[in-house]
Parts: sequence; C-alpha cells; structure tokens
Amino acid sequence: MSKRAYVNIVIWALLLTVPAWLPLIGGYTALASRILIFALCTMGLNLLLGFTGVMSFGQAAYFGLGGYGAGLILVHLTSNMWIAVIVGTLAGGIAAVVLGPILMNRRGIYFAMITVAIGQIFYFVAARWDSFTGGQDGLTGFSRMPLHFGSITVNLTAVPFYYFVLFFFAIGAAAVAMLLNSPLGHTFVAIRENRRRAAFLGIHVERYIWASFGIAGFLCGLAGALNALQNNFISPMDLYWVASGNFVIMAVLGGMRSFWGPLVGSIIFIGFQDYVSSIFPNNWETFIGALFIIVVLFFPNGVLGIIRRKAKVA
Amino acid sequence: MSLLHLENISRVFGKLVALQNVALEMNEGELYSVIGPNGAGKTTLFNLISGFFPASTGEIWFDGVQVNKFTPERRVALGLVRTFQITEIFPELSVFENIRIGVEAQMGCSAHPWPGRKLLQQINRRVEELLKITSLEAQADRTVSELAHGDQRVVEVTMALSRKPKLLLLDEPTAGMGRAETHHMVNIIRVLHEQQKISILFIEHDMDIVFGLAHRITVLNYGQVLATGTPKEIAANPRVQAAYLGEAA
Repeated sequence: MSKRAYVNIVIWALLLTVPAWLPLIGGYTALASRILIFALCTMGLNLLLGFTGVMSFGQAAYFGLGGYGAGLILVHLTSNMWIAVIVGTLAGGIAAVVLGPILMNRRGIYFAMITVAIGQIFYFVAARWDSFTGGQDGLTGFSRMPLHFGSITVNLTAVPFYYFVLFFFAIGAAAVAMLLNSPLGHTFVAIRENRRRAAFLGIHVERYIWASFGIAGFLCGLAGALNALQNNFISPMDLYWVASGNFVIMAVLGGMRSFWGPLVGSIIFIGFQDYVSSIFPNNWETFIGALFIIVVLFFPNGVLGIIRRKAKVA
Repeated sequence: MSLLHLENISRVFGKLVALQNVALEMNEGELYSVIGPNGAGKTTLFNLISGFFPASTGEIWFDGVQVNKFTPERRVALGLVRTFQITEIFPELSVFENIRIGVEAQMGCSAHPWPGRKLLQQINRRVEELLKITSLEAQADRTVSELAHGDQRVVEVTMALSRKPKLLLLDEPTAGMGRAETHHMVNIIRVLHEQQKISILFIEHDMDIVFGLAHRITVLNYGQVLATGTPKEIAANPRVQAAYLGEAA
C-alpha cells in the first residue's frame, strides 16, 4: 500500500471516531464539526489559491450566502434539512458562477480586490436588509430539525450532527480529490504554474478560472449551509472580509499545495481560537497573527510543507 | 498553397517601428529560419504570428485562413504552436505532467472532471510516445525546475509537439546551451522535421545551425526584410554581410 493511501486511511479513521477520542484530549464534538465546516470551505478556497493560483479574498461571500440560503429556507419554506443544505450549496455556487465572468480576466491584486468588493456588497445587503435577513442582529428563527430515515428519527444533537457534517465533508473532499486527479485538475495546476504556457498550448485560461471559481463557490456554499445549521444562527459577519481573510489564513497555515492542508489549517485555527480564547478572550487573534507570520516567513508551504520536507530528507 | 503567408505586416510600439512591411512566404514541409542582429524584430515577428499581440497593419495567413484576429488559443487549435526565447514550462511539475497538459489539450479533454480508466490510459500512452520521440523517458518523473537548462528547452519543444503542430515556431531553440546540448537539440529538430513531418520556422543566432538546417532564410534588420533566399544566396549577399559585419565591410 502506498504511503499516501495509508495516510488517507488514518485520517478518515480518525475523523470517523472523533466523538470517541476528542473528549479524551479536552475537546468536544461540536468543535470538531466546526473544524470540518471551515476545512470544507477552505478546501474550496484552496482550489483557487493553491491549485489554480488565483487569490480570492472574498470566499466568505459564498460561505455566507450558503448560510443565508439554508437559514431562509428553514425559516420560510421547509423543515427538511437535506433541502436546506442543497439550497445553501446552490446559493453559494450559482452566485460564484454568475459572478465569475467579472473576475476571470483579472490578474493578481485586481482579482483579489474584486473578490473583496463583491464580498462586501453581500455583507452590506445582509447587514441592512432587516426585514429579510435580520440585519446586523443576524438571522434567527430556525434550528436543526430531526432527520427521518423511514420510521427512524434522528435528533441532530452534537454527535449525530457531527456525522451529518462529516457526510457532506466526505462528499466535498472526495469531489476535490477526484477533480485534482482529473484533466480538469491538471489544467488548473498548469494555470497556476504558467499562464502564458497554458494559453499557448491552446488552453482558454479565463474559462478555467471561471470553472475553478464556480466549483469553489459550491464548496463554500455547502460549508456555509452547514455552519448555519451548526449555530442555528447566521451573522452578517460570516460574509465580512475578515471572515474571508480567516479562510486564507487557514489555507496558508495548513499548506496551500497539499490536499489535506485546509483541514490541518482549520484544526490549528479553530483549535487556537477555542483554547487560546478561553485564556485570552480579547487577544487570541494576536497569537494567530504571530503564528501566521512565522509560518509565512519560515514555512511558506505550511505545516504540511514542513512534514513533507522532513519526509524527503529522511 | 503556402503554409504561412505574411503580407506587409507592421508593428508599432508608440514611436518605435518594430516591424515594417514584412512579407514572408513559407511552404509546407520547409525548415525556415529567421535571422538578424539583436533588436531586428525577430521575436516581435513570432509574437505576431502566434497571436501574442496583434499586427498594427498587414495580414497573416495560416494554412489558407486569415488569422489576424484569432486568439493564441485558436491559432494553436489550427496547428500553429510556438516555444519562447525564455523557456516557458510548468516549473513545479514533473516532465511527464508537463507533457500531459499538452496531450490533454490536444485530445480536447482538458475540462474533463472525472475521466475513465480508458481515457487516462490513452493520455498516458500518448505522453510516453512523445517522451520517446525527444528521448526524455529517463527524466519523466523529475521536476522540470531541477533539470538542466537544455533539457528544460527540450521539454518545452515536446510540449509544443503534443499539440500536433502543422507549423512549429522555435524561438532560439539552442539559446544558452553548451555544445552537447546544442547538438542534441539540432538532432531533435531534424527528427521533428524528417520523421514527424512538421514544418518548422525558427529564430537562431548560431550561423552553423542556421546554415546546416534551414532550406530558406529570411534576414531581418531594423524591422525590415533585408533578404530572403537559400543559405547559399544569403551567404553571398553583400547587404547581409554588411548588416552583420558593420557598414565598413
């Protein structure tokens, strides 16, 4: 068995058994759900950042849209959780597909600035439209509903909800893994590596950036929908540019070139947030900032980059 | 019918006239060289032919089609493929992965998100074939940024080859190479021309290579065509000698 397959089996085994071992090291299951949700959105972002090589600093827009999509459906239309997740995913994904053409011709900092600007537009709409989104107070009035499998009813308390999240995380991760091993994924990486060469091999670079942006939007929308269900609440801050920045930090911390980088980054970030903020409630972000600087300066390929380099030397 | 036909093309950058009324006619099956002193406009000419930027005036015909307004991607699809003076490759990928990008583009499956086993096998087989043609098999798994300069240029040529060019544009294929590497590249150019039946237009500074390979030569000087002819005619042309050796000669 290849080393890679071995690593994958270990990771999935650990994820499947989280409720059994996480409390033993001082964690709790809802924390793990949160980590998976942020890891899923960061995987979407990393498709752009790490694999297509374009800088999106506005992924929170699609994360937030997913949240509002799922929340609003539960408030107004149905109590079916599956439909809520699907609607949220579509909200993020379709928005990204529709907005992609504005972005796909831009480069570098211009691309990044437009992603931020789009995110801020969604933020202001959500923050001001009190009657529909709940404005600055956020959207409430919905909560996780029980799932029905035939005659069996499952209440989504912390542990069942973790598996609900893990189910969607697995779908998202499998889709990304398959994509990265496909010609489409190869083409994304080619664009990251050398746009000019790609274009002069006949590849329509802009269209592929659009595709990558759209796929990332669906993944972030899915994560956002799960996040709304996790909290039974959505804040317009989920759409704010700071939230987008956090996803970038997670991607960089974990390692942008690695498939599992976003999960590792999310574990570090959310873990830090949880543990350090219980000791320093007002300035835990200082510690994340310091860690971020250290990683960028000394380990540009993130935590997984360090491990990989060690493995190469050994 | 000529494969490439340039009709009085010019290119102006602000006040600089980089190319002026350049005409060129290249037939299918030819090995054709563009030479000229530094700054003569050779690379600009390649940029116009490949669509890197548009011509200010004039017409570019390729394989019976006027391609002036075509994007680079569309020209590649027609079989007009180039390499660059400064090697353009995918640095962090392996040799195999570099070539695979071109193969997937050629097979029209670059956008395929879930390929079957059969398609993947087909892609890999074609990559292996190409690696064999340019003798890169032994390097297949190496990261291209770790390769010697000469091998990187061979990788770029192989990538171009993956698009099954009717006309291959090589911009100084031996630039910066040592003797052995140059020799290897010249052999590859011969193989592409003789065995793969590809028409090749190349820019080159090394006169031994130009006169050893080219069927015909166009000399550019200050953005204008100074002379066109067979190697013998060019070597005997007094204006060409003057341009290369200075007016005093």
